[in-house]
Amino acid sequence: MKRSKFTFLLLLVVAIASLALVACGGDDEEEETPAPTQPAGQTATATAEASPTTVKAYDEGASDTEIKIGGCYPFSGPAAAYGTIGKSAEAYFKMVNEQGGVNGRKITFITYDDQYSPDKAVQCARTLVEQDKVLFVFNTLGTPSNTAIWDYLNQKKVPHLFVATGATKWGEDPESHPWTMGWQPYYQAESAIYVEYLTKEKPNAKVAILYQNDDYGKDYLEGFKKALGAKYSQVVVKEATYATTDASVAPQVAQLKESGADTFYIIATPKFATQALVAAAQIGWKPFILLNSVSSSIPAVMKPAMDQAGAEAVSNVITTIYTKDPADPEWANDPGMKEYLDFMKKYYPDGNPNDGFNVYGYSVAKTLVEGVLKRAGDNLTRENIMKMATSIKDLRIDMLLPGILINTAPDDYYPIEAEQLAKFDPAAGRWVRFGEVIDVSKKRGG
Amino acid sequence: MTDFIQLVLAGAADGAIYGLLALALVLIYRSTHIVNFGQGEMAMFATYLSWSLLDAGVPFWGAFFAAIVIAFFIGIIIHRVLIHPLEGSPELTIVIVTLGIYLFFNSIALWIYSGVPKVYPIPAGVPRQSWEVGGVFIVPYHVTIFAILFGLMMLLFAFFRFTKVGLAMRAAAAQPLSSTLVGISVPMMMMLGWGIAAAAGATAGMLSAPIVVLEPNFMATILIFSFASAVLGGLDSPVGAVLGGFIVGEVSALGGRYIEFIGNDLQIVLAFALIVLVLLFRPAGLLGRPQVVRV
Repeated sequence: MKRSKFTFLLLLVVAIASLALVACGGDDEEEETPAPTQPAGQTATATAEASPTTVKAYDEGASDTEIKIGGCYPFSGPAAAYGTIGKSAEAYFKMVNEQGGVNGRKITFITYDDQYSPDKAVQCARTLVEQDKVLFVFNTLGTPSNTAIWDYLNQKKVPHLFVATGATKWGEDPESHPWTMGWQPYYQAESAIYVEYLTKEKPNAKVAILYQNDDYGKDYLEGFKKALGAKYSQVVVKEATYATTDASVAPQVAQLKESGADTFYIIATPKFATQALVAAAQIGWKPFILLNSVSSSIPAVMKPAMDQAGAEAVSNVITTIYTKDPADPEWANDPGMKEYLDFMKKYYPDGNPNDGFNVYGYSVAKTLVEGVLKRAGDNLTRENIMKMATSIKDLRIDMLLPGILINTAPDDYYPIEAEQLAKFDPAAGRWVRFGEVIDVSKKRGG
Repeated sequence: MTDFIQLVLAGAADGAIYGLLALALVLIYRSTHIVNFGQGEMAMFATYLSWSLLDAGVPFWGAFFAAIVIAFFIGIIIHRVLIHPLEGSPELTIVIVTLGIYLFFNSIALWIYSGVPKVYPIPAGVPRQSWEVGGVFIVPYHVTIFAILFGLMMLLFAFFRFTKVGLAMRAAAAQPLSSTLVGISVPMMMMLGWGIAAAAGATAGMLSAPIVVLEPNFMATILIFSFASAVLGGLDSPVGAVLGGFIVGEVSALGGRYIEFIGNDLQIVLAFALIVLVLLFRPAGLLGRPQVVRV
């Protein structure tokens, strides 16, 4: 009696653990989906190719009045700071619609919360494709989430555009996954920029690395390894990992400090990046900090860290940026910035205009409208969407740093390939850029 | 050596948070003999309420205690509305209701506050700068948590041992029928148990929010470790729950550092392995009393 009760209790503990770990999944109801049939737009595509410009051609999700697209974002969960990207992108489409839409069609943007959990992302993608019948999937966020759905979307031949992750793999082998494309500079290039900086400015640096134990963290790490080559084992004195289910990364940071490193590379999503900055300051560790660009948000990371551990916690931090920081006085009279601020005020008043993630959402949505949808004209087939996405020439999105142009080609699936180093100024509460805008396309394959 | 102590302190800070929520789990278990899976989410919601108060300009400690009082009444209401009507139902039924509580508070928080993380301040008056003692850095906020945890534990210990109400609550849980016969209102005691547990949970939530970052799922992972702590220490022992919390915190922190193949990736596994071991050799937990069959 006694034993069985506790066995029961133990089972419950395990049950709730798995429940919480998969974030209340419940994803087995769509197992019986019928085998994929020929996409509805197959014949339409054929017609469109015969006479590309004049005839209207649609695949599922497109019509004379509507372009239906979808995305999956972590509106809650461990990476919820990114949720605002989805909201600002949605607000951008709302603005486009109010101004008459794209070639007369309104954009419907359907989003679901995947809580940064790959199994929920699969659910989300399947719902978008099979129930909502979207024309394509746009800006789905997170390396683990996108990794979970890219085979599915490529099998279904549904464009999977401008995914909100900089994993190198989105552009590495376009032939194996021709329907998936990234947007932001890829992580391995960012790591290579830090290595270049350290080699020049701190040649004797001893680096400790904290990274998220998944595809995203490992991609950044891989970039660091590749760029350092044989020197890696001398330069990097300690690595530590965390999982998004960890309560805090303070124990990891204590280990890293113990290694005697004088440079701390934080490869972490916003919540954990904040914890890492705070923990380092709290235990009196004052390394030079390299902060991955995905956590460079001021309101989501830098400010909370400052509130908790003082300005010292963020006084020696560099990152890379490729968008204009709204807090930077240099852009006070910049027309692109004014347009962005007006947009935020009118279409996303709840959002913080100084949050780099909103700049991101605005810019990626603008890339889609200007670079793909407008050019696609009346030929809204999945194939033509991909054709447009892989033929963007020198597109200028005005919230990207000056000099950055978006270029893609059938063999170039990396839209943005330039970024600049920046150091945080706690007194002014903003990133101060330094050095040149670095073209990372040259780092590819190296 | 200083590095080792630093790591022990980091583990203790995590452990204190696990212990706080474990304390709340133990309180419900003591009064109703069930495990409340909604405990973490109730705590999360109370933390959001206090955040709202702070946002409205209420000073920190005002918001802190107001949230504890509100949580107490939310606990009572939940017991009254959801748990009391199920009196006499199989335990599984009640457990499923607590899972419902979990989902309810999670959804409602997401609906009201959205998933965007909120910055939760550390209490006014607690220094931001760490104290350095012989090369070891002591974080004032962690000391605050230890102090509150220790105070709460002592308070509860005394309450259950020396006060009439506390004893009546234990009696009601252990022997409901006999308790009724000697004039203890069993439903009243259980209700009180839920209220106190909710208040303790709210304390856990508000103290961990500055460390973990406030968002609707922030208590979920903590809850897993808290279960581990409560089971480890003994589900009916408040002191055991806190002790269990510290052990789980230290095992995760030190195991990740000193056991090569475990590393930081398998910390959570280590915590679970520990529970299995304890259940095998001491089924009632380290400080728990052997279970008495429920009448």
